[in-house]
Amino acid sequence: MPVLRPRSVDHLLELLADTPDVSVLAGGTDMMVEINLHGRRPGTVLPIGSLEELREWEHQRRAGTVTIGAAVPYADMETGELAELVPALAQAARTVGSPQIRAAGTIGGNLGTCSPAGDILPVLSALDAVIHVLHRDHSRDVHFSDFMTGVKRNSLRPGEFVHSVTVPVTRGWQGYAKVGTRNAMVISTASACLVHDAVEGHVALALGAVAPTIVRASRAEAWLSKQIDLRGSFSVSVETAQEFGRRAASETSPISDHRSTADYRRHAVSVLARRLLERSAA
Amino acid sequence: MILATGLDTRYGALGSNASRPDGAAKVQGGFAFSSDMWAENMLWGATLRSPHPHARLVDIDVSDAWKITGVECIVTADDVPGEPNYGLIMQDQPVFARVGDVVRYLGEPILAVAADHPETCRRALAAVKVTYEILEPVTDAERCIDGSAPPIHPLGNVFRHQRILTGDQTIVGEIQVEGTYEIGMQDQAFLGLEAALAVPDSGGDGVELYIATQWLHEDRKQIAACLAMPEDKVRLVLGGVGGAFGAREDISLQVHTCLLALRTGRPVRIAYSREESFYGHVHRHPATIWMRHHADASGRILRIESRMVFDGGAYCSTSPAVLINAITHAQGPYKCDNATVDGWALRTNNPPCGAMRGFGVVQACFAHESQMDKLAAATGLSPVEIRLRNAMETGDRLITGQIMDSVAPVARCITETDRIPLPAPLPENAHELLIPGGTGLTALPSNIRRGIGWGVSIKNLMYSEGFDDFSTARCRIADGAVHVKFATAEVGQGFVMLAQQIARTVLGVDDVFLDPIDTQVGSAGSTSASRQTWMSGGAVDAACRAVRDELLDRVAADRGLVRAELRVEGTNIVDSLTGTTIAVGEVIGEYDIDHTVEYRHPATEDLDEDGHGNCHVAFAFVAHRAVVDVDPDLGLVKVVQIATAQDVGRVLNPLSVQGQVEGGIAQGLGLAVMEEIIVTDGKVRNPSFTDYLLPTFLDAPTVDMILIEEHEPKSPLGAKGVGEPPCVSVTPAIANAIRDAVGRELPRVPIRPYDICI
Ligand SMILES: Cc1cc2nc3c(=O)[nH]c(=O)nc-3n(C[C@H](O)[C@H](O)[C@H](O)COP(=O)(O)OP(=O)(O)OC[C@H]3O[C@@H](n4cnc5c(N)ncnc54)[C@H](O)[C@@H]3O)c2cc1C
Repeated sequence: MPVLRPRSVDHLLELLADTPDVSVLAGGTDMMVEINLHGRRPGTVLPIGSLEELREWEHQRRAGTVTIGAAVPYADMETGELAELVPALAQAARTVGSPQIRAAGTIGGNLGTCSPAGDILPVLSALDAVIHVLHRDHSRDVHFSDFMTGVKRNSLRPGEFVHSVTVPVTRGWQGYAKVGTRNAMVISTASACLVHDAVEGHVALALGAVAPTIVRASRAEAWLSKQIDLRGSFSVSVETAQEFGRRAASETSPISDHRSTADYRRHAVSVLARRLLERSAA
Repeated sequence: MILATGLDTRYGALGSNASRPDGAAKVQGGFAFSSDMWAENMLWGATLRSPHPHARLVDIDVSDAWKITGVECIVTADDVPGEPNYGLIMQDQPVFARVGDVVRYLGEPILAVAADHPETCRRALAAVKVTYEILEPVTDAERCIDGSAPPIHPLGNVFRHQRILTGDQTIVGEIQVEGTYEIGMQDQAFLGLEAALAVPDSGGDGVELYIATQWLHEDRKQIAACLAMPEDKVRLVLGGVGGAFGAREDISLQVHTCLLALRTGRPVRIAYSREESFYGHVHRHPATIWMRHHADASGRILRIESRMVFDGGAYCSTSPAVLINAITHAQGPYKCDNATVDGWALRTNNPPCGAMRGFGVVQACFAHESQMDKLAAATGLSPVEIRLRNAMETGDRLITGQIMDSVAPVARCITETDRIPLPAPLPENAHELLIPGGTGLTALPSNIRRGIGWGVSIKNLMYSEGFDDFSTARCRIADGAVHVKFATAEVGQGFVMLAQQIARTVLGVDDVFLDPIDTQVGSAGSTSASRQTWMSGGAVDAACRAVRDELLDRVAADRGLVRAELRVEGTNIVDSLTGTTIAVGEVIGEYDIDHTVEYRHPATEDLDEDGHGNCHVAFAFVAHRAVVDVDPDLGLVKVVQIATAQDVGRVLNPLSVQGQVEGGIAQGLGLAVMEEIIVTDGKVRNPSFTDYLLPTFLDAPTVDMILIEEHEPKSPLGAKGVGEPPCVSVTPAIANAIRDAVGRELPRVPIRPYDICI
């Protein structure tokens, strides 16, 4: 299979628009598994890892946002300034695979694959991230909720690719939690990201691996806003936290498979939602 | 961490932490594993496998595959010149399924191709059209007992049925506890995948096979039979083996590779992928074990009852021997005079099962150690007291009638383990990596409950039931150096190092050269059953002694010394008459000495109809205490510490023993909480390391070990095998600890998160 190395993002866009059956290759941690294990044979491969512009991130102080290039690897999100600005992203990045995978795997690749168990995705959902999509002939900004459309499906069209992702820098606690059957290097059986916006007085909760797409527990979020004034710091009773977890779990539609059961997944996200809420209040 | 050991011998000799001759290369990545082998003009082979667990093979159409450029050879059942079937105990497994016959498990080989590139092989396999008539799979072993399942093989669905009836069958204890326990199918999950390179002799009347295996000579016997060749025309050389754990006892790609090489007249290499490896080798038997213990009010065991059902899958492999191990170890390391045990090993359309570290005893131990905790609860004794009260001793009569004549420090294993300090409680500010769930940040220390559990085990060593079990070694002095040769498969356990240590100690030299490991010397038997230190160690020791004795004879004769006064001490020959010394290194250049010795252990017997007979050679014991942290709401577990005292006879290399103990514990931990081949309707659901989970470093506990050295008089070096015991009782120890933490019965391993919290 031919591998064409783009010299620049513009060149990449040309190649993407002009080449049939073309695949972008970032860290390769999903794609090489597809090729080696599942016999996928892409027509042409475009490696983007060497395009500096995609490996950078930027803090827009005035706007209160952070924009992260699609080819930024997990290793760069785990610690340092980016981790301080978006702690939930750092926590999610830390749970991905092993150090080797985190050095190679990227945020753009997680979005490209769009697995319901993708660890970055609940964070992007809870933060209402905006995905910047480029094409030779146009560009568009897609809200995460419109980006992921199903199990390993997204709304990218031919010739498009993810250039970067913008998330807000929020005031308030945020965190990510992931359940797997071993203590490291494990695919999520259930995960949750909670973001407390202390200014707006809102808690956002996104749940992973419990439905074909990431689930925003919007009914539980709305319910919670009616129970507690969430502006500034707040406290939450055990009963309220439990009820929040229960309500969140009821918004999911998990499956039973060889990794776990639907009952367990529903139960696990209710526990995670409760614990994350308690942590955000503490 | 080893808590105590005595270590004062010459570096490189027995008892020292001699380094391994293959160690540096393995650590640095330079070691050639069998999957790294390559030959000039080589072809690649690949295997087509059945996608169905049970189906009639109606037709194979290879015409499209032949059209692919680069395809050199396709072999099917019709191309097997000799025995169509192979097997370790019963020759019931076809080299390839035959048209008109049936496939009996998902993954059964249909044919093999050889081509110029692995990608060509992949395309060729995809181009083969196979017509199957799908049959209902038999997946419930119980149906083979009640007869409701039709026979799925001409030899029937029962591999072995054996009972043990001992003592008074009517005794009823004041205290009774019972349970039905289930053990899931574990994979050996060695890292070095199956791989072989076959090189045909010019003329095609012989073949040389480079192969990662556990037993070269047994492989050779089976391969030669299938190829219809005399055994001396089939020469095996050990390829670099990356772990075995029982999964390399059976034939997998050996015959296929040789057939392709002989057909094409070119070297052929087959290497399995991880997925194919899951289909290509046998696994640990899943089992269902019912047990009832009868005890008196003081907790003394009066009688055990048990019914054990082992699902052997489609082909026999070692199922009958695994079953015998399970039922004869039903009493555990405890005194017991009366027993009623019934065991079945059965054929189903599930993946074939056979040898894996612990060999039947793992399953039995999970049951009896779960029972011991129930007995403790019923009698009000602690888990330690109930086990000490019943601890077996040398001289006891086993339920088979055999007298325990091994060193049997069961009570010592327990008390020494009990003395190992417990770990500190989980601190309130514990680092996330110490908390169950790890970096998943699922819990705070306040969410966690701690539990402690015990497991104690007995494990037989070497082959049982009348098997002619021996090992061969050759030792030579030639060109001023010591050479040792054996066919002992080095699978990672370190026999290559041990052989050098033995030769250094016996012969008083520092350098010992090891000849290639191949079939140019007599059989060493299998690297399994915790037997090679004892068996091949015994053979190397005997061969080296024979050489040393001749050397001293000749030194005495040539130098006019009194033979009886000469001995090797350190690196010198010492004459105790005169006190003079001669360095061994100075004299060996003068001699050519060559001895080949076969070592045999004492003979054993078959079990009779009632399960009586001296069927085992020797036994080793170990105690495990597990400390676990559990998140009861999410069912996540972190094993904090395993404390263990193991009966090892004699420590020949402390580091090596430590490696076996820590590795065995990791493997037993895997069975306790995560490792399982999930099979539904005969289909493996997780044939990859994405979903077959092995413990990582973050799952591995601190291991604090004490090695109990009571030299075993029957063993040539005083040492007992240390490979299997560590992984036998650690599984129930962890299960008992989780039970202690959450108060549930948890009768099944692996214990899954939802078993704990749903
Ligand atoms: C051992 C192992 C462990 C893993 N553990 C985890 C884990 O714990 N959690 C987790 O979430 N994932 C895990 N993964 C999956 C994988 O690492 C992640 O999904 C990762 O984010 C993929 O990124 P990549 O850069 O490697 O993508 P690649 O493999 O390069 O690409 C993946 C897909 O995305 C497309 N793509 C890449 N970049 C773009 C772009 N900019 N625009 C559009 N499409 C794009 C590619 O064409 C391809 O289809 C694991 C993988 C392995 C092999």
